[in-house]
Amino acid sequence: MKDFAALFTRVDESTKTTVKVAALADYFRTAPDDDKLWTIALFSGRRPKRLITAARLREWAAERANLPLWLFEESYSIVGDLAETIALILPDPSSTADHSLTHWINELARLSGLDDDARKAGILAAWDSLPTTQRFLFTKLLTGGFRIGVSQKLMTRALAQATGQDEAELTHKLMGNWTPQTTTWHNLIEAHDPTADLSRPYPFYLAYGLEDLDDLGPASDWNAEWKWDGIRGQFIIRAGDHHLWSRGEDLMTDRFPELAQLKDYLPDGTVIDGEVLAFRNEAPLSFNALQSRIGRKTVPKKLLTEAPVILMAYDLLEDAGNDIRAQPFADRRARLAQIVDDVPDSAPLRLSPAVDFADWNTLTALRETSRDRNAEGFMLKRLDSPYLSGRKKGDWWKWKVDPLTIDAVMIYAQAGSGRRANLFTDYTFAVWQGNDLVPFTKAYSGLTDAEFRQITAWVRKNTLQKFGPVRQVKPEHVFELAFEGIQASPRHKSGVALRFPRMLRWRHDKPTSEANTLDDLKEMLDTYG
Amino acid sequence: MADVLTFTDRGIYCPAGDFYIDPWRPVDRALITHGHADHSRWGMRSYLATEAAAPVIRHRLGDIKLETIRYGETRQLGSATVSFHPAGHVPGSAQIRVAVGGQVWVASGDYKTVADGLSEPFEPVPCHAFITECTFGLPVFKWTAEAALARQMNDWWATNAAAGRTSILGAYALGKAQRLLTSVDAQIGPILTHGAVENTNAVLRAQGISLPDTIRVTPDLKITDHPGALVIATPSAMGGTWGRRFGPSSSAFASGWMALRGVRRRRAGDRGFIVSDHADWAGLNAAIKETGATRIFTTHGYTSAFQKYLSEQGYDAHVVSTEYEGESLDGGDEPVVEDA
Repeated sequence: MKDFAALFTRVDESTKTTVKVAALADYFRTAPDDDKLWTIALFSGRRPKRLITAARLREWAAERANLPLWLFEESYSIVGDLAETIALILPDPSSTADHSLTHWINELARLSGLDDDARKAGILAAWDSLPTTQRFLFTKLLTGGFRIGVSQKLMTRALAQATGQDEAELTHKLMGNWTPQTTTWHNLIEAHDPTADLSRPYPFYLAYGLEDLDDLGPASDWNAEWKWDGIRGQFIIRAGDHHLWSRGEDLMTDRFPELAQLKDYLPDGTVIDGEVLAFRNEAPLSFNALQSRIGRKTVPKKLLTEAPVILMAYDLLEDAGNDIRAQPFADRRARLAQIVDDVPDSAPLRLSPAVDFADWNTLTALRETSRDRNAEGFMLKRLDSPYLSGRKKGDWWKWKVDPLTIDAVMIYAQAGSGRRANLFTDYTFAVWQGNDLVPFTKAYSGLTDAEFRQITAWVRKNTLQKFGPVRQVKPEHVFELAFEGIQASPRHKSGVALRFPRMLRWRHDKPTSEANTLDDLKEMLDTYG
Repeated sequence: MADVLTFTDRGIYCPAGDFYIDPWRPVDRALITHGHADHSRWGMRSYLATEAAAPVIRHRLGDIKLETIRYGETRQLGSATVSFHPAGHVPGSAQIRVAVGGQVWVASGDYKTVADGLSEPFEPVPCHAFITECTFGLPVFKWTAEAALARQMNDWWATNAAAGRTSILGAYALGKAQRLLTSVDAQIGPILTHGAVENTNAVLRAQGISLPDTIRVTPDLKITDHPGALVIATPSAMGGTWGRRFGPSSSAFASGWMALRGVRRRRAGDRGFIVSDHADWAGLNAAIKETGATRIFTTHGYTSAFQKYLSEQGYDAHVVSTEYEGESLDGGDEPVVEDA
């Protein structure tokens, strides 16, 4: 695994894309096929099946390092990465031998067939024979997401460089349901077999936030739809089977079983880009309703009736088995409308309605009604635009409604983890209730590094009390917080919970007395909750 | 028996001797462990520091009333006997031993236990109570051995030089900068220094500390006259316009925080070298054990966790609140009075 660790180090040390791509391309030119295939798998989110719970790994590592478990946990909270924490606290290896990446992955497979004691012995032996970086990577294989600063896009670019193949074609090849156990480097990368995987989705076309309405030209060139607040998904029907992919390339088919009936109505060879939405009485429910369905692998009946979902169709990518992404949006949408029209209303499929607007002013006014419709604003799509892949500017824009905001007082601060380990970046905010400050939310993002440094220095000097890692600070600073939604929450002291709260601005100009009150929050809850 | 040292909102105070150690507010008599800005502050009526620490303190604080003391020399202050002992942190740095009526307390200031080839090596001082920093008081902090560190830095520098890139290395003006200067291989190329680093170099050279030849970066310096150079700069200078004059370059940062991948990625530029003038986890624990002390006070760093761990190891350990900053990545050692 020495060469894989060297690749990781080269990629990890640099912030320059060109250096990362060059390192990956070198690796793809020289590494053995098995290792290359695993490398692609890891960098595209396909890790080996989880073998051991994180809890056991912590126990074993703490025991091996002769440290109390709480101290391991404390360290973990600072480091922010379990594999890294383990790699750092273990004693140096007693001996090292260089085995391939595939060897270690096979070793994991071997251990999966053994009992708990044998697994423990195997893991401890591995830890004791790997230098720190390899130990980190090996443990990463055990613990989950292999996110190490290489996006699938970068890796695909490197693969394109190393193999001389087209990047877009490789992107498509890498999508879908394969694992290193079900394919080979040759079949996945070198062979040309477009029908190899019937579940394979197209890369999603993603939009940037609108910069300037004036740049868009005449309103008649554009289609506007509501930007629905659900889960973006790609629904595929090929060879009588259906598949539902998330934007993050998660297969969500089984999570939304009610969509299965669509294969009775939709023609074979259909791929629809849409939004999975909680929906009842011809109107979308709030995102909170859908929240209960997220992350559940199976769905109890009760939930199916409480939060039924539909597919709100945006676009048609494949029609009668043909890739039609290059056709103009207006044509694709017209065909999509026909297809949806042939499906009875009882089936969970709707066409995302086009918003009628003669000019931009009409649309600007309509946008203010987004929240009432449980929408986040508009999606603007140029009528003649092809369906591109990835995040691109120009033809598609999201035009979100302004977030809700509130001015709140910072009362607790906690150090971040990982990249922010030595900065206080996680704050708790409060609003007034009479003379008391009632905490109601936390926020971590939205400030610049310079601001975080400034606050960190301030926190060090203005701590009133410490509760473990949390510091109670002088109520002195007011921040304008932005959030996307608000709902009642009996679990919170304030009685409300915010959706995606973040810091919009540090209000140096405001004394704490001018922060908002709990009554203000409750009023927002009545209006938007 | 009364405590030899107490913790006040001005600093560590000795009632028997009526003096403070590293105070952060103006006091009459201050004993200073070393010249870093969070330990050596402006505004004290009188200062006492080691002979080796004095020049930098004078350089940074200007016209102050400063007496000096040799390592190991004892001095009577009221009913307290004080002496200074090497802390291994930076040249001249000291732990301060205070004995009152048979009770011995030691305030460590900042320290590290590994010899760096430049600072007077750390000496354990037996005591009853030990006041310790714990900037890196978690078991994930484990420093790279000196030889391996030198090899990493030399490889990086030589690779850059061969590719026509300037190497820019960020380090604090006092201590870290000179330590790196003495550990790199000066044969690889010329060494340039930021003004703040070079001013400190000049002070240290004047007191007889030998450092490799360096060239001060001035506004009219042409980098093309110094191909393959290594530039040692303060962290705050690196990011700004100052750092942009060197053409194609690779930047690196030298700090104990570089042990954490997250911090390394946020701050390091191209490379992060794991090196600190503070003790790592093993160093802290070994140092404490060697003092034989039963009472331990943790002053700055991961104080709560370290205190809890020490308590579990059987020590009578306490956290005390101070304004020391340890190893900040963000200019913790910027002098209170700007270097000229």
